[in-house]
Amino acid sequence: MSELGIVYALLGAAVAVLLSGTGSAIGVGIAGQAASGVVTEDPSKFAKVLIIQLLPGTQGLYGLLIGFITLSKIGVLGGGLADLSVQTGLLILAACLPIGVVGLLSAVAQGKTAAAAIGIVAKKPEQFGKAMLFPAMVETYAILALLISFLAVSGIQV
Amino acid sequence: MSNTKYAYAVARIRALEVSLFSDAFIEQLLSCKSAEQVLQSVVEKGWGDMDTENDAEAVLKREEEKAWEVIRDVAPDMSVFDVLSYPKLYHNLKAAVKEVCTDTENEAMFYDDCPIPGKEMYQIIESREFSRLPGNMSRTAQEAMDTLLHTGDGQICDIIVDRAALDAIEEAGKKSGEPIIENYADTTVAIADIKIAVRAQKTGKSADFMRSAMAECGSLSLDQLIRAALAGAEEIAQYLESTSYAGGADALRESPSAFERWCDNRMIETLRPQKYETFSVGPLLGYLIARENEIKTVRIILTGKQNGFTDDAIRERIREMYV
Repeated sequence: MSELGIVYALLGAAVAVLLSGTGSAIGVGIAGQAASGVVTEDPSKFAKVLIIQLLPGTQGLYGLLIGFITLSKIGVLGGGLADLSVQTGLLILAACLPIGVVGLLSAVAQGKTAAAAIGIVAKKPEQFGKAMLFPAMVETYAILALLISFLAVSGIQV
Repeated sequence: MSNTKYAYAVARIRALEVSLFSDAFIEQLLSCKSAEQVLQSVVEKGWGDMDTENDAEAVLKREEEKAWEVIRDVAPDMSVFDVLSYPKLYHNLKAAVKEVCTDTENEAMFYDDCPIPGKEMYQIIESREFSRLPGNMSRTAQEAMDTLLHTGDGQICDIIVDRAALDAIEEAGKKSGEPIIENYADTTVAIADIKIAVRAQKTGKSADFMRSAMAECGSLSLDQLIRAALAGAEEIAQYLESTSYAGGADALRESPSAFERWCDNRMIETLRPQKYETFSVGPLLGYLIARENEIKTVRIILTGKQNGFTDDAIRERIREMYV
């Protein structure tokens, strides 16, 4: 038994939250700049652009979810650290990588798409539904990564 | 992340593009009976402000200022817009050199909405502090002034300053690092060169004259253009057909005003794809040129109506709109 096992597992939880959270912050930031531009000229569009701005924020939540499951699995939450081998620790780290990496990249890409979609709302507010769909497409890949991370973390026997 | 620095600016421009005039509205202005009605219609669209009521020139001037105010407000880096301020800046230089040399002073000759406003430019030239001028301008000012004082020939002075302005525009375009600004600068210089060729051909100027007036640009061969201008008007049109300015050849054959109109329309055509950009300076440039174009078109309609031109004569001069 090595003490490093639990370190690797905790590192996995950190990676999931860190990377996807950073991505969401950048994505929401980019979309927020565009949203501010529109609201400066036309405050009546506030509600519509706010919804689009929030789309890249979901990756951070997915990261949080995986981080949370990992923490409870290894016993950081609810007392009593699990006794993990290095191999199990590394398995958990690997399981956390998909949502971390895909979360980061997809949130940034989604932020850019959201900024462009906010341009649609600025010019044609009646096309709000279509404008929402373009950034929502990017979400698919974050959900796929979430699914694999979730299955992997849950499947590892501690 | 650097390419997202225009996200705010572009979104704001997107919201403003909604209030640009469409071709249909311009058609509506054309059908107005008098200049007063035209002015009334644009004022109802929000043109001018409290101080400019019923004064056409003041309304148009205020609109030009408004367009620049917006750009100054949103642009993260104003240096890329140097290309647009150079014509006014060099005009001020030209006016100041002439006024100082002829010992007259007339403030109405200057533009004030550029980096060096009229009064300051006059002081610089009067006290001969050329080093206060940016870039190559100090050398140009010195040369123009010496030439005017020695020869008393205003045209040579004009050529020196205008040529320097074109060179500065081309260089600023290359330096901006933005393909759309570079394209705009190159097109501006090329169109100026074509106009010089047309006028020089009509007035029978020499090849040396043309060479000193025209500036190098990427999209035209000056040698071929000068050779065509020496041969005749039709030869200029023929040469244009072999370049990316082919559409200008027909306009040139039609009339000078058709050619002017073609020049503006081509610029708008070049900029139109910028309506779909999200993270570049392009939409800002597009908006600015679209506003200038719009103001110019309203001015044409107003003057046309004031002078009793027929609708067809005005329509021949109407520019295409950006939106």
